[in-house]
Amino acid sequence: MLNRINPPAFKQIENIEFIKAQKHELQNKIPVFVIDAGEQSLVRLEFIFQNTSWQLDKPIMPSITNSMISEGTHALSSAEIASKIDYYGAFFQAEFSYDQSSLNLFSLNKYLPDTLPIIKEMLTGAIFPDKELDILLTNQKQKLKVGLEKNANLARRAFTAALFGDSLYGYANQLEDYDHIKREDLLAYYKKVYHPSNCTIVVSGKIEKSLLNLIDELFGNWTSENIKENFDVDYISADKKLHYIEKPEALQSAIRIGIPFVNRKHPDFVGLQVLNTALGGYFGSRLMNNIREDKGYTYGIGSGIASLEKAGYFFIATEVGVDVTQQTLTEIEKEVNLLKTDLMEEEELGLIKNYLMGSLLGSLENAFSHAEKFKNIHFFGLGYDYYEKYIETVKSITPERLKELANQYWDYSEFYKIIVGKM
Amino acid sequence: MVKFEKFTLENGLRVLVHEDHTTPMAVLNILYDVGARDENPDKTGFAHLFEHLMFGGSVNIPSYDEPLQRVGGENNAFTSNDITNYYITLPAVNLETAFWLESDRMLSLAFSEKSLEVQRNVVCEEFKQRYLNQPYGDVWLKLRPLVYKKHPYQWATIGKELSHIENAKIEDVKAFFKKHYNPQNAIMVVGGAVNLADVKKLSEKWFAPIPAGQKYERDLPQEPIQTEEVIETIEADVPSNAIYKVFKMPGRMEAGYAETDLISDILSQGKSSRLYQNLVQQNPIFSQINAYNYGSMDTGMFVIEGKLLPDTDMAYADECIWKELDFLKEELVFEDELTKVKNKYESTKEFGEMSLLDKAMNLAFYELFGDANLINTDIENYLKIDAADIQKQANSLFKKEAATTLYYLAK
Repeated sequence: MLNRINPPAFKQIENIEFIKAQKHELQNKIPVFVIDAGEQSLVRLEFIFQNTSWQLDKPIMPSITNSMISEGTHALSSAEIASKIDYYGAFFQAEFSYDQSSLNLFSLNKYLPDTLPIIKEMLTGAIFPDKELDILLTNQKQKLKVGLEKNANLARRAFTAALFGDSLYGYANQLEDYDHIKREDLLAYYKKVYHPSNCTIVVSGKIEKSLLNLIDELFGNWTSENIKENFDVDYISADKKLHYIEKPEALQSAIRIGIPFVNRKHPDFVGLQVLNTALGGYFGSRLMNNIREDKGYTYGIGSGIASLEKAGYFFIATEVGVDVTQQTLTEIEKEVNLLKTDLMEEEELGLIKNYLMGSLLGSLENAFSHAEKFKNIHFFGLGYDYYEKYIETVKSITPERLKELANQYWDYSEFYKIIVGKM
Repeated sequence: MVKFEKFTLENGLRVLVHEDHTTPMAVLNILYDVGARDENPDKTGFAHLFEHLMFGGSVNIPSYDEPLQRVGGENNAFTSNDITNYYITLPAVNLETAFWLESDRMLSLAFSEKSLEVQRNVVCEEFKQRYLNQPYGDVWLKLRPLVYKKHPYQWATIGKELSHIENAKIEDVKAFFKKHYNPQNAIMVVGGAVNLADVKKLSEKWFAPIPAGQKYERDLPQEPIQTEEVIETIEADVPSNAIYKVFKMPGRMEAGYAETDLISDILSQGKSSRLYQNLVQQNPIFSQINAYNYGSMDTGMFVIEGKLLPDTDMAYADECIWKELDFLKEELVFEDELTKVKNKYESTKEFGEMSLLDKAMNLAFYELFGDANLINTDIENYLKIDAADIQKQANSLFKKEAATTLYYLAK
């Protein structure tokens, strides 16, 4: 008779293999990191530029510059760029994050000689045409108007503002910002940021030998007088901890709770990730179990640690029925404090360890995911030994150490609490 | 090219195996041939509520998630109008745990009254979060009944209204399980670092003992051909006016589907597409506009939706959309344009094959359509399409009397 009661025997994950990035250099010293893996004959090329220091009087200039790069060059109009990329079945993304501005190209290998030169055009000859700029600003403004109607967005905006004030990390775009963009500013920012000494190229996929030659041919003779600038983020957190934005019509309250936190460079980071997993980092977490699976207050609740280059933050986020907003806050506080007062049972910790190992293994699905792993360490000045230490810490951390970390890093009264909705 | 093997257990469970040894992981995906279209019109939202209850414990295993997380695995599920799909990813060395869990809940569920009560609440909160507490969130709750007069696609998977979920009884849920959740109505795909012999052995061990159950014979009211234009206007607290225009289109495996799919790409795939170039860039009327289709099994929806720029006249915006549709009807598409959308289809397929889970899900979908090998051959249906085919299909789709239009106005 088949025994369906007891789980089948299982194995611990012992080895996790990383496909390490191989470093090359173009003639002009642009570093190219290559992750060669996969069966499909395609690649992703990322041209990554570090942002420079941010100005409060021109808050959205860096992101608008990034979005406008594909909107016209000396040789190609915005429509021509779009039709070339689409014609070859390629995908282009301009990506602006807190720390970096990137241009990403996804292309089948066979079309790279046709698609890659378009990126060169964008990087060296963008002209920021007025008509396209007007359209972009109008449309982004409309999009923001819609975004401002979403309580979860409002909570996110108020949260980063409380934690990081008027800084690159804290500033929330305002509608009027779109009225104050000047083409000259964009051009100046483009020159200041998008140049060879501020560029890192990451290539992942099935890499053919000819690709590196092609990259060097196209980008190796790219020159500029600009040198890499310093990038700093100074911020002052708000004094007020509780921020309540009332929405009388709301059916749900959006809640966001957290504090500025250590980032990946800090030796405690991995231990804190284990701690965060227990609280709200996976489907079986304490917050999920309590607030969704036991009480049915929400469709979802989670917590996380975001690692930025110059800071980090810890956050808890959910949307709950307005009638249970207060109860949810009480339960969240209770769950945070339980991790400070009670030692975690070995059974729960064992599960979390296995879950995290499986999750790491599963996050290495293809060349692109290995490239993500590389970027996560490279831009934080870490090497692949970070992952060895990660695995070692996950496997060896004790309930005592987790309790110690909870007490050292979490003080609920110090957490910022944002509530958008009703209570 | 996605290679796979197929076998069928005596109880009717179809099993597909896709070996991919570039990863140390495995996927176990089970598609149940039941969706919101199979619901009783007075008890909508059930297929989806049921998906939630599938995690509430099965006959021999009180907790589904915990033992899976313990072996390093993760899972999730989704419900559509056509199907309900469950998937697990886990380290391949622990594949048997997935068989143990999935077979037990196909055998019999054992959720409690409490679990039903909690999941009713969770789904109600999901309803609010996704459909009610969002700008434009309720649009499909309003639009589906305008488009479908007979077919059960007239309600969304979340259900017609909150009360249907709130009133769900445990007997209803049990009856739903018995009717739809059995080996004959399921397709299982096992992929990743696995081998055929092991999967056969494990399938025999865990799934073969499950009784075959009754085969569900679907007999849904089909949607009659629309002969009169439908126009509706609603006002809501949103920042800009929007228009939604829907035409009925062929089902996923019917003639004309691939042509229609390419038409939506010609109109709206990428920044070089017609709607973007003409109505966002050259003559700015919309801040955003898209054309897409739902890929439904039965008569589906071809949708054009756009958000108008401030101070743009709705009637004019509507007219401009018609101008684009009429152009497709009157003139052949350019050869370059057709090559472009075919290239894009090909590369999207290639990028999709980088994901093991995507491959497993697609194999299950195609098997449901009748033949899993369509995952490799469906592209031929696209590549053989010429400009005249597109024009013919545009003429059969975009008829004035077959349009359903919703004006969603800012108060």
